Amino acid sequence: MTDIASTSDSLLSAGGSHARADRIFRLGALASGLVVLIILGLIVVSTSIDAWPAFSELGTDYFFGTTWSPSEGLFGILPLVFGTIVVSAIATVLAVPVSVGIALFVTEVSTKRVGSAVNLTVDLLAAVPSVVFGLWGFYQLVPVFQPVLNSIAGLVSGIPVLRSIFGQSSGVGFMTAGTVLALMITPIVTSVSREVFMTVPHNDRLGALALGATRWEMITGVVLPHSSAGLTGAVLLGLGRAMGETVAVALLIGASPHISANLFGRGEAMPSQIFRSLSEASGTFRASLFGLGVCLFFITVLINMVARRVVAVADRRLKGA
Amino acid sequence: MAQNLVGASETNQTGATNAGAETPDQPFGGLQPSRLIPGFGETPDTAVSPLADIPGLLVDEPAPDNPTVFEVGALNVFYGEFRAVRDVTMSVREREITSFIGPSGCGKSTVLRCFNRMNDLVAGARVEGKLEYFGVDLYSERVNPVEVRRRIGMVFQKPNPFPKSIFDNVAYGPKIAGTKKKSDLEDIVERSLRQAALWDEVKDRLNSSALGMSGGQQQRLCIARAMAVDPEVILMDEPCSALDPIATARIEDLMRQLKDDYTILIVTHNMQQAARVSDATAFFSTEESAAGDRRSGVLVEFDRTDKIFSVPSDERTENYITGRFG
Ligand SMILES: Nc1ncnc2c1ncn2[C@@H]1O[C@H](COP(=O)(O)OP(=O)(O)OP(=O)(O)O)[C@@H](O)[C@H]1O
Ligand SMILES: [Mg+2]
Repeated sequence: MTDIASTSDSLLSAGGSHARADRIFRLGALASGLVVLIILGLIVVSTSIDAWPAFSELGTDYFFGTTWSPSEGLFGILPLVFGTIVVSAIATVLAVPVSVGIALFVTEVSTKRVGSAVNLTVDLLAAVPSVVFGLWGFYQLVPVFQPVLNSIAGLVSGIPVLRSIFGQSSGVGFMTAGTVLALMITPIVTSVSREVFMTVPHNDRLGALALGATRWEMITGVVLPHSSAGLTGAVLLGLGRAMGETVAVALLIGASPHISANLFGRGEAMPSQIFRSLSEASGTFRASLFGLGVCLFFITVLINMVARRVVAVADRRLKGA
Repeated sequence: MAQNLVGASETNQTGATNAGAETPDQPFGGLQPSRLIPGFGETPDTAVSPLADIPGLLVDEPAPDNPTVFEVGALNVFYGEFRAVRDVTMSVREREITSFIGPSGCGKSTVLRCFNRMNDLVAGARVEGKLEYFGVDLYSERVNPVEVRRRIGMVFQKPNPFPKSIFDNVAYGPKIAGTKKKSDLEDIVERSLRQAALWDEVKDRLNSSALGMSGGQQQRLCIARAMAVDPEVILMDEPCSALDPIATARIEDLMRQLKDDYTILIVTHNMQQAARVSDATAFFSTEESAAGDRRSGVLVEFDRTDKIFSVPSDERTENYITGRFG
C-alpha cells in the first residue's frame, strides 16, 4: 500500500516538474526567437530611417537611375545592383560545378580517408578571412589573371557578341572579383551539397547499380535527381553569401560604378560601395549608402523566398503528391 | 506432384489432417517433415528413391536439358577478417526458382549478393572460391561487373523505386543500356509492367511519381524495372517481407509466371513461400567457425524443395523447418 502510494507520488511529482521544465523551455525558446526577430526588425527600421532621405528626395531616380556619381550628386543605384548581381552570378557559376564535383567525389567515389582529407581542406578554405582573400587576389592573382583575361579577349575580338562580353581587362573587375568570390563560397556550397548527397537513400543507389548502371549513370540517374531541391538550396545559399561579401570584392572589383557588358572590365558592387564611401559620406550620399544596405537586404530576402519556393516545389514533385 | 505424393502418404499415415490446408499449425501446406514416415532418418533415401526411379512421375524434377546457370564451389565470403559464409557449394538450374532459407544472419543475403557482384560495393567484402555463370568465372579479372549486373538483376527487400515517374523508373535501365527511341522505351515499359502484373493499375498515371504508389505496387514496379533490362537471372532478397498477404500472393504468382523465361533466386524468411514457389531450396545456418568465436554461415542442405520440406537429410534442416530451431 505504502509502496503504491509512494510510487504514484513520485510519478505525480516527476510529471509536475517535467511539465514545468517543459513550460520553461518553451518560454525560453519563444523568448530567444522573439529577441532575434526584434533585433532584425530594429536593424531594418533604423537603417531605413537613415536611408529615408535618399528614398524620399530621389525617389525613382534612386531606384532606377543608371548613374552613380556622388561627386555630381547622382545616386542611381542600378550600376551597383548590376555589379552585385554580375559578380555573384560569376561566383556562383564558377563555384557550383566545382563544389558539386567535390561533394560527389567525397560521397560517391573516394575512400573514407581521402574523403575526409578533402573535407578538411575545403573546411580550411572556409577559415581564411575575407580580407586575406582580397589581398591575395589583389597582389597575387591579378598579375597572373590580367594577361590571361586579355588573351581570351584577344581570341574573341573578331566575334560580335563575345567581343563585348569578354573585353579588355585592367586586372581588376567583375571577373577577377567573381573568381575570388567563387573560391570563398566553395566551402559552404560544397558542404551543403555533401549533406544533400548523403541523404540519398543507399538503397536507391544500389537499385541503379543493380540495373547495370555505371557509377556515373547512378549519379546522374539517382543521386542528382534526388538532390535537386537540396542543391537548389545550396546554390542560392552560395549566391546569398556572394551578394553580401564586402571586403574582398571591394579590393578586386575596380571601384567603377557603371553598367557594361564587359565582364572583364571594372565595376562596383553595393556592399563594396558602402564599405568604401561610408566614412567620408554625408547628407544625401550617406543616406543613399544606407539605402543600398536596405535594398541589398530586400534582394537577399527575395532570393531566399524564391529558394524556399523552388525547394518546396521540387520536394513536392519528388514525393509525388 | 512429388510434394503431394509424399505429403499424402504422410497424412494418411498420421490420419490427422487435411493435406493442402494452410494453417499456422501446418506451415508447409500440410507437408510435415516428420519421423512419422516409416524408415525416415535411418535411411532417408528409401522414402523417395522408389518414386524418383519412375521417369516423369516427379514433375518438379528438372528435365535433363535444363542447363546449369550457376556453379558454385567452395565459396567463402569475408567482411574484413570475418568469414561470413563458409564453403558454399551448389548449382542453380535455368528456369527454376531456387530459394534460400535459414535463420537471420546466416549469410543468405551475402551469398545472394555474390551472384551479381553486389558485394563489390560493400567496403571490405571479399569473395573466394568458384562462382561460374554458364561456365564463366564471375570473379575473373576480365569480367565487367556492370555487365554482370545488367544480365543478373536484383530486387531488394525494401521497395526502392527512384524518385521519378513510373515510366522513368522502368525506362531507366533500358536507357542506360542504350535504348533511345521513345517508342521502343514505351514498348519496353508496357511489356515490363504487364509482366509485373502492374500495367492495368498504372497505365493511366505513368507520368506520376512512383513514390505515390502503395508498397506492394512499388515492389512490383521494382520487379518491372529489373525485367525491363531483359536480364537472364533475377535475384530477390526477401521481396515480400514488407507486403501484405494479397500483395505477396500476387508476387508469388508473378514469380511462377516469370519462371518460364527467367532463372530466379529468392531469399525468404517465409518457409511456406519457399515451399510454394521454389523448385530447389538451400538451407543455410550458422556454425561456430574453427578460427574464432564469431559464427559463420554454412550451407547445410541443398536439394529439391519437395525433398527439403518432406524428407530433409540433415537434422538441422528438419529442426529449422519444423520450428524447433530459430
Ligand atoms: N556489410 C557488411 N559488413 C560487415 N558484415 C556484414 C555485412 N553484411 C552482412 N554482414 C555479416 O555477415 C553475416 C551474414 O549476413 P547476411 O546479411 O548475409 O545474413 P542474412 O542471412 O541475409 O540475414 P537476414 O535473414 O537477417 O537478412 C552476418 O553476421 C552479418 O553481420
Ligand atoms: Mg538478408
